[in-house]
Amino acid sequence: MSVGMGRYLHCMRGVVSRELLRFVHQRSRFVAALVRPLIWLFVFAAGFRMALGVAMTDPYKTYILYEVYIIPGLVGMIQLFNGMQSSLSMVYDREMGSMRVLLVSPFPRWYLLVCKLLAGTLVSIAQVYVFLTIAWFYGIKAPPMGYVWILPALVVTGFMVGALGMLLSTFVKQLENFAGVMNFVIFPMFFLSSALYPLWRIREGSYLVYQIAAMNPFTYAVEMIRFALYEQLNLDAVMIVVATTLVLLALAILGYNPARGMMARKGGG
Amino acid sequence: MPILSRETTAMIKPALAGLALGALALAPFAHAERIFVSNEQDNTVSVIDGESLEVIEVINVGRRPRAMAFSSDGSELFVAVGDDEAIDMIDLETLQVVRSQSSGEDPEVIRVDPNRPYIYVSNEDDNIVSVLDYERRTLVTEIPVGVEPEGLGISPDGRWLIATTETSNMAHIIDAEIMEAVHHRLVGARPRHAEFNHDGSKAWVSAEIAATVSVLDMVDTFDVEHTIRFDVPGVPRETVQAVGVQLTSDGRYGFVALGPSNRVAVVDQQTYEVLDYILVGQRVWHLALNADESRLYTTNGVSGDVTVIDVENLTALQSIPVGRFPWGVIVQP
Repeated sequence: MSVGMGRYLHCMRGVVSRELLRFVHQRSRFVAALVRPLIWLFVFAAGFRMALGVAMTDPYKTYILYEVYIIPGLVGMIQLFNGMQSSLSMVYDREMGSMRVLLVSPFPRWYLLVCKLLAGTLVSIAQVYVFLTIAWFYGIKAPPMGYVWILPALVVTGFMVGALGMLLSTFVKQLENFAGVMNFVIFPMFFLSSALYPLWRIREGSYLVYQIAAMNPFTYAVEMIRFALYEQLNLDAVMIVVATTLVLLALAILGYNPARGMMARKGGG
Repeated sequence: MPILSRETTAMIKPALAGLALGALALAPFAHAERIFVSNEQDNTVSVIDGESLEVIEVINVGRRPRAMAFSSDGSELFVAVGDDEAIDMIDLETLQVVRSQSSGEDPEVIRVDPNRPYIYVSNEDDNIVSVLDYERRTLVTEIPVGVEPEGLGISPDGRWLIATTETSNMAHIIDAEIMEAVHHRLVGARPRHAEFNHDGSKAWVSAEIAATVSVLDMVDTFDVEHTIRFDVPGVPRETVQAVGVQLTSDGRYGFVALGPSNRVAVVDQQTYEVLDYILVGQRVWHLALNADESRLYTTNGVSGDVTVIDVENLTALQSIPVGRFPWGVIVQP
């Protein structure tokens, strides 16, 4: 049993270190992953300073600047893009044949996919902490323990968006189709959520958009991160995100099942 | 066999005595301070517990309560109730209005003389400052000043009183010995508030429309020796309106409430440099420091709440909903 456990860990280490190595070697990817939210923070949010602050809303105990409000949303954005990037890499791996190497390993397929998700999540968490450090020096500071509490929230969110990316990668046959994923998945998920505006503000603007945002699991991921960053637990958000993660993961594992999933129909792998 | 040896008991006893002494020394701090907030449109005064930062009591007072001040002995809270043309007096034990004294027309700002049982009242419509004796319940005198007196400030020794007049745009310096305005100085447009520093050598006079604070020398010349200007980045200029002022007694910070810009400016009391702008609730009006000056409380008129600022870190900690249009705030140590 212990030997078996050791092998599992060895496999996990292999998948994770490959992903981390790939990330470290792709400096442009690292810079791009940071530049995107930083542009939002420095340009977009700074322009909204004149909005005279965002009214009191949980978990904040007083009025905040818009740039403070937007931080958890941008953290979610980093993880969302990273999850999609992972799915892109899976499509690439499949085209290049390295996916075949991974999937012919003797370990259960679900375990390999979970390892892959874990690897992507760790990469996204590294990006998030670098982003939060830059934000700290910019003057946006959360309570110190918030940076610890946020970690489990980042793991769960990383798995959720990673599992979504994995599921999507079973549908995307070629690398070129990834632009479609950007347009039809990332942007609606990000913009139709509480990442940029509080739900009450969206409701004032459009009830329909509010209803969509209230059903968007990414909203709950952002709120879970927001509350954790301010040392609070938003149990509803946690439950919704965990449930969504489990469903997406199950579908992704099913999708990668050669007998039943999409892979079988596409003849990929 | 005893549970503790004699040696152990001998060691524990002084430690316990030390703990007891420590508890006694801390006892005065255990009594939480209370923050009183006048709600202009609710005709109430909200009482906030300084420890839990929750509203623990709401006191019904006369119509349109605005400025507040404690009696010299600290037993009563005076509240100017403008539409009743009176000063309501709240017993700080029972938290009830126990008496009321006529104040002349439309009392807005009040100050209490540190040496005599006098309340100074600015009567906007009569262009006077009324001096009331709150023990004898009489009118002592009326001091003529400029048009529409508004803000009042009193020096720590009670020698000088400053009345600001919002149409004349002046600070009238009143000698409290002879009860007469002896100096008149032009300040920014619509002066609102006057506050002396700890040793009484300077007075800060805020101007709402000019968005400035004029610093007056109160030792020799009584002239404006410096003008502090405010410009909140990214906020329309017309929303920046200087109103309430508080100065720390260590000479470090000056805090200025900037009205609808929803900011409190932090100013270096020595260099007059604006160090920071702290975001608070909507239309911040007046300010109060607590006894040890670790916290600053702000009234936010439009959002109907009080923001608590941590003075050491210059950050807003929390905002507490109170009544409609909170105007004045004062802290009972």
